[in-house]
Amino acid sequence: MSGRVLPWVVPALILLLWQAAAQFGLLSNQVMPAPSVVAEAAWRLLRSGKLLVNVEISTWRALAGFAIGGGIGFALGMLNGLSSLSETLTDSTLQMVRNVPHLALIPLVILWFGIDEEAKVFLVALGVFFPIYVNTQHGVRSVDRQLLEMGRAYGMSEAALFRYVVLPGALPSIFVGLRYGLGIMWLTLIVAETISASSGIGYMAMNAREFMQVDVVVVSILIYAALGKLADSLARLLERVCLAWNPVYARA
Amino acid sequence: MTIDVLSPLAVEHSHGSSVGAPVLLRGVRKSFGDHQVLRGVDLAIDPGQFVAIVGRSGCGKSTLLRLIAGLDAPSEGRVAVDGRADGWHDAVRLMFQEARLLPWQRVARNVGIGLAHARGRGDRHRHAVAALRQVGLAGRENAWPSVLSGGQKQRVALARALVSHPRLLALDEPLGALDALTRIEMQDLIEAVWQEKGFTAIVVTHDVSEAVALADRILLLDEGRVAMDVAVDLPRPRRRGDPMAAAIEGRILDRLLHR
Repeated sequence: MSGRVLPWVVPALILLLWQAAAQFGLLSNQVMPAPSVVAEAAWRLLRSGKLLVNVEISTWRALAGFAIGGGIGFALGMLNGLSSLSETLTDSTLQMVRNVPHLALIPLVILWFGIDEEAKVFLVALGVFFPIYVNTQHGVRSVDRQLLEMGRAYGMSEAALFRYVVLPGALPSIFVGLRYGLGIMWLTLIVAETISASSGIGYMAMNAREFMQVDVVVVSILIYAALGKLADSLARLLERVCLAWNPVYARA
Repeated sequence: MTIDVLSPLAVEHSHGSSVGAPVLLRGVRKSFGDHQVLRGVDLAIDPGQFVAIVGRSGCGKSTLLRLIAGLDAPSEGRVAVDGRADGWHDAVRLMFQEARLLPWQRVARNVGIGLAHARGRGDRHRHAVAALRQVGLAGRENAWPSVLSGGQKQRVALARALVSHPRLLALDEPLGALDALTRIEMQDLIEAVWQEKGFTAIVVTHDVSEAVALADRILLLDEGRVAMDVAVDLPRPRRRGDPMAAAIEGRILDRLLHR
């Protein structure tokens, strides 16, 4: 019982202190509005429908970018993990591109796509691509050679080897890439939406800044945090289901 | 003749094929780069014979086994299993020093790998369960490999090798990583299964006493050639510490150690 309650004691205390500090004027409303004010703002935004519309738009951008970047990264990672010809051809190029911070491309991306959806989706896809690519390739590479030899000695076809040996063997590493990619996904979207957007959570925050609505800014930040946490929890759940065989991931 | 589903041997017999596969090697050489591992091996193994190949490490015994199992092709010469010399043979099954189970498949599915992929899933499961019972692991079908002990893992690997009713079982130091008692248990199990099924068995080992305990015939490999070919004509089951066995073991060890 105490194990369930104890981790929440400190956050609850901070929240209380925060509320008290704001109430007694120690904390200016223009710096940090009280938790109750933030909650009120969230409720207001929810009632007006603004919040859901913006969350929906941001989530769509995030998932579209993730699907494109992650899909390409996964496919190329598999290909370069399996075929040394493909790796020789493309890997060093990809590693060079990897050294360009994708957020540095924002001015260029705005020139290319304006501030439309493509710009955000492109940036998210680019950011997500590398962690998925690198970890998929590494996963395929580190599949146990002995198991591959066993599969061949037992007459498995190349397709069966891929399905029963390579893919499950690479999965733990692919999941590392997935979780890392999800983090990059939100991070990229926050930056992209904050700099150039006409909708979405980031736009909501920047718009509120213009009108000094600090409470709305804080709500936006908290929504980002909640979405990030949600994505990570889903990935963890998926990991536990898919890697149930692995004692490291098995539920205690 | 009644066909017992749990005794796959009976099913195999009903199809009219004899169980053990003969093995014939003629002038087999194998080199890796400049290094010649096998320098001309001629060998005839009778169907159903239990042969042990012993030798120092690096003498080429594992290479020889891999050639027989069709995992590698000889540089020169001919390796024929059951009269066929075209490499991998479905009637040959290999056991490695490590169990090499797929950690992401439960025990029964791991055993099912030994069966042709064409069979239905239910059918595969039924055969896997029967093979597991044979190696003394009934009831562990749904366990993950990670919860098994080393000896149990090797038993699953044995079940995987046996489930397809191989005509030749090739064992590459299969017991090398097990503790002494588990080793003896596994030796007895392998011997019992071999006696029941009648397949040809070839075991590579560096343990001469293991070879004497199991084999009808012991081949000593030295510098890429068969240096000694010893018949072990002792009654089974063999008792450990038998003086006749000890004499044979002594002779082989003397040759191995150049005494």
